[in-house]
Amino acid sequence: MIEVNHLSKHFGAKRAVNDISFAVEKGEILGFLGPNAAGKSTTMRMITGFIPPSSGTAIIGGSDILKDSLNARKKIGYLPENAPVYPDMTVRAYLDFCAQIRGFSGQARKNRIEETLEKCFLKEVTHQTINTLSKGFKQRVCFAQSILHDPEYLILDEPTDGLDPNQKHEVRLMIREMSAKKAIILSTHILDEMEAVCTRAVIIAKGRIVADETPAELKGRSELHGAVSLSVKGADTDSFVSDLSGLDTVRTVKIVDTADGIFWARIYPVTPGPQAVDSIMAALSDKRYETVSFFVEQGRLDEVFRSITTA
Amino acid sequence: MRTNESLANVTAIFKRELFGYFGSAVAYVFIVIFLLLLGFFTFYISNFFELGQADLRAFFQWHPWVFMFLIPAVAMRLWAEERRMGTIELILTFPVTVWEAILGKFLAAWIFVGTALALTFPMVITVSYLGNPDLGATLCAYIGSFLMAGAFLSVGSMTSAITRSQVVSFIVAIVICLFFILAGYPPVIRMLSGWAPVWLVNIVSNSSFLTHFLSIERGVLDLRDLFYYLSVIAFMLFVNGVIIQNRRT
Repeated sequence: MIEVNHLSKHFGAKRAVNDISFAVEKGEILGFLGPNAAGKSTTMRMITGFIPPSSGTAIIGGSDILKDSLNARKKIGYLPENAPVYPDMTVRAYLDFCAQIRGFSGQARKNRIEETLEKCFLKEVTHQTINTLSKGFKQRVCFAQSILHDPEYLILDEPTDGLDPNQKHEVRLMIREMSAKKAIILSTHILDEMEAVCTRAVIIAKGRIVADETPAELKGRSELHGAVSLSVKGADTDSFVSDLSGLDTVRTVKIVDTADGIFWARIYPVTPGPQAVDSIMAALSDKRYETVSFFVEQGRLDEVFRSITTA
Repeated sequence: MRTNESLANVTAIFKRELFGYFGSAVAYVFIVIFLLLLGFFTFYISNFFELGQADLRAFFQWHPWVFMFLIPAVAMRLWAEERRMGTIELILTFPVTVWEAILGKFLAAWIFVGTALALTFPMVITVSYLGNPDLGATLCAYIGSFLMAGAFLSVGSMTSAITRSQVVSFIVAIVICLFFILAGYPPVIRMLSGWAPVWLVNIVSNSSFLTHFLSIERGVLDLRDLFYYLSVIAFMLFVNGVIIQNRRT
């Protein structure tokens, strides 16, 4: 388990990170979200022992990153922001260096390197010098470094930054595959990514935690959550609005757009849920509205993100 | 247990750094310039052949000056490059102590400079061909030169930790090295002894790379000189470590 206890960091008078606490269990993938300069990277750098916190600490699988730093660092795999690597080395030589540092020797080292090369799809560039590689490959080389020693705890700072959609997909698959036996923290500012990969999201803004819940719960905070979007053909908008506003499960009805005898409307229920949806459907068939499309909104993360982080 | 681990870590960093030197063109450029400069000074400025002496004094007396310019160039990449590329974030989050990283890097640079120094062996052959030099004294001078190179390197490694710019590191290192040389440079000593008390003159001249190198060069490997260089190296690398501990990004 990674326990983050009251971490704070000041740079001069500026508070970059302000009293952040959370815990991540094995099997969890924690998405660390926030606008740029919210303190994501600073927090991760403190958890991995790169910069010392002004106060508070992080405990990695029982080892305090300040008091028992080496043991804590042994348990961590870390992918820093921008995926730094030594450009003058070949991919293999680089991973060999990392494997030595991680204490592997002899055949075990060779096996680990081969395995990691395979896992990260780096076979084809094994003997290439890193500075001849594209950004996506460099990112994967650094990612390979972080999982080389099969760490229990993975900390990934924007792991899919600069990758194309296919590569992003691959990296996400890899992360999800590994998550069963590991506790993973990953930072991102891509909301879809958080939704696709993470089991829990911590959102920070201006150095403080402003939300700590599952992606579904986050979506539930959305204004749009549970609203019904539908389009109706050949009907009068005014009577439609008055018909549906009359239901006690409905809060408001809004006409979004009209064109060629079809209009699009959004119905906000009083309490989101199947009951509200059922009553709306019943009302529609009662009044014989010709419904062309019908869709229950999940809620929009970007809207929630914006309202939480700018509040 | 921890000792073995430390050794393995230092070795891993040492190997990476040494391959880094020999894997880049800069290494060969450095070696060529080093040899050319030493040759030029020895034969054209000191007029080695006209001296008519079968010893290498004319050769070794230039080492401090050539080192002053070239060794900061070797050392400047040690930490500044890590900072610039961001790899310092990786190396400091690996299960490696700062001291292991500093030592591994320093030793690699030292061995690299040692290699360049060893490639001056044709000088020894030339002198042996022309006369009967004192080979023991020559070996002694080489050891002294190697130790002095280490001291220059430790200064360069320290200044390299201050900045992400290799140029800044290079210049600051040259300035500091110049002080260490000038403190023992005869004209400076003469000027100082005109007004300063003897004990002060002694302290200043004894803190110089030059003073200790001159005594080794004469063929006397005194433990005090050895101790002097090793303590300069230890001190500079200690400061290097303190800088890195306190300035990480």
